[in-house]
Amino acid sequence: MRSSAGTARTILAPVLLGIALLAVWQLVIVAFDVKPFIVPGPVAIGGEFGKNISTVLAGAAVTGWNALVGLVVGAVVGILFAVLAALVRVVDELSAAVVSAVAVVPIVALAPVLYSMFGAGAETARQLVAAIAVFIPVYINTLRGLRQVRPVHRDLLHVYAASAWQTSRTVTIPGALPFIFTGLRIASSLAVISALIAEYFGGPVGGLGKSITTAASGSNYSLAWAYVLGAILVGLVFYSVTLGIERIATRHYKPAT
Amino acid sequence: MSDAFVSPAPAATTASVTPAAVEVVGVDKIFTAKKKATVTALEKVDLTVAPGEFVSLIGPSGCGKSTLLRLIADLDSPSLGSISVFGKTARQARLDQEYGIAFQQAGLLPWRTVTGNIELPLELHGVGSAARKARSAELLALVGLSDFAQSYPDQLSGGMQQRVAIARALAESPRLLLMDEPFGALDEMTRERMQTELVRITAETGAAVVFVTHSIPEAVYLSNRVVVMSPRPGRIRDVLTVSLGSAAERTEQLRENEAFFENVSRVRELLHGEAPVGIRGVETR
Ligand SMILES: Nc1ncnc2c1ncn2[C@@H]1O[C@H](COP(=O)(O)OP(=O)(O)O)[C@@H](O)[C@H]1O
Ligand SMILES: [Mg+2]
Repeated sequence: MRSSAGTARTILAPVLLGIALLAVWQLVIVAFDVKPFIVPGPVAIGGEFGKNISTVLAGAAVTGWNALVGLVVGAVVGILFAVLAALVRVVDELSAAVVSAVAVVPIVALAPVLYSMFGAGAETARQLVAAIAVFIPVYINTLRGLRQVRPVHRDLLHVYAASAWQTSRTVTIPGALPFIFTGLRIASSLAVISALIAEYFGGPVGGLGKSITTAASGSNYSLAWAYVLGAILVGLVFYSVTLGIERIATRHYKPAT
Repeated sequence: MSDAFVSPAPAATTASVTPAAVEVVGVDKIFTAKKKATVTALEKVDLTVAPGEFVSLIGPSGCGKSTLLRLIADLDSPSLGSISVFGKTARQARLDQEYGIAFQQAGLLPWRTVTGNIELPLELHGVGSAARKARSAELLALVGLSDFAQSYPDQLSGGMQQRVAIARALAESPRLLLMDEPFGALDEMTRERMQTELVRITAETGAAVVFVTHSIPEAVYLSNRVVVMSPRPGRIRDVLTVSLGSAAERTEQLRENEAFFENVSRVRELLHGEAPVGIRGVETR
């Protein structure tokens, strides 16, 4: 009973706050006669969103797919690389410098270069941008998690004369799961943002990013904002799904003795 | 001195043919921390544990009990002296899984069920899944947790988690159990119940036990012999043979028994006694 009341409150409170904010926003637009090119009101954006729901959904599918491919590829490579770095010292030492270098590069800046590499007609460049953006937080967090083995577990596996791989498989990697998911949660939003921004630099039309720039340059501000709303929803879906999987996968990871 | 080497009655007849469960001879352990003074955790430690014997190590914290246990378990190596387990080097005994071990922390893997935790050592050593299942069911019955086979550690109390850890230590039917304050984190009631269960379990399995504790009644209740240690440097101050009867006779009533209290006082005197008792204290100075 109490937990359902708690859930209702944690969901209801932000929803009410959101509605209140939207109302204030609309009120300000009407009261001060704010022009749509500065910012349109929520009613106008909602109207455009409803009218163009099929193109928004189609754009969301394109951008979302690119983000998903990038997320999966970047996460798999990031986790594998971190496991390798945790097992082999040389890999760790070599990659430390490379990863810090890559971490400070604004990944989307690579987009124009990648478009010329893979051809402007393919989505590959966007997926690659998302994958590289995802790789960094997943790799860093996974590696941190892999180094957090509890001494009692380390002793136990030593007593069992377990091989390095057995230790990784049974203790180190499952133990790192909460850290991996922290990385994935950050990465899920990054994947959507990167895939979206990469569209600004070229490539085929159809995605939400391209639709936003097209609508904005055509002075169709409410429509542009409708696409932005679509992008926000895609980001929310990615984040929530990742969070949901995390909750299920780590449900027994309470501080155990 | 001689006390330390006398085997209890049941094992005495076979002592000449069967190697001791644990034989520690002249062991020193010196830790050298970086840029800090060295710590002599153990000095001139001799200890023999016969097969099937229950020996407790007791002493104030920091006297090297855990260190001694870790040396026997080959989790660390002595600076001087030698250790053998069933006639093998500590390392070989570990590789052959001659002992099971339990720590103060249960150290269960939170992402595995109770069954999965008990089966971990079997799985790592290539035991087939049918045999694993049979063995874990057996062990769960032994520690009274059959109803919790599919539970996760976070769904169990501290005492239940510790019982799972003991079942895991027994998984490969070791002839020796090493336990470092396994009941140290439990409340008094649970603790006494676990002690009674441990007496029953060791009687059923016939395993020798080296048991670290800092509770005097616990040491007396469980042991055939109590090894009293003194700190800085960690040494064996004295060894007390406790004869409170067989496992079957060691019921809850024993805790109220005259002989029990007598042994408790003797251990207390040895622990707090000013003058080092026994030859060991004399021969070095
Ligand atoms: N890994 C280590 N490095 C340095 N000193 C240690 C280490 N382990 C134990 N010691 C020291 O050795 C002494 C004995 O420790 P320990 O065996 O844990 O004592 P006990 O288990 O009897 O409380 C202590 O002074 C402790 O600080
Ligand atoms: Mg200790």
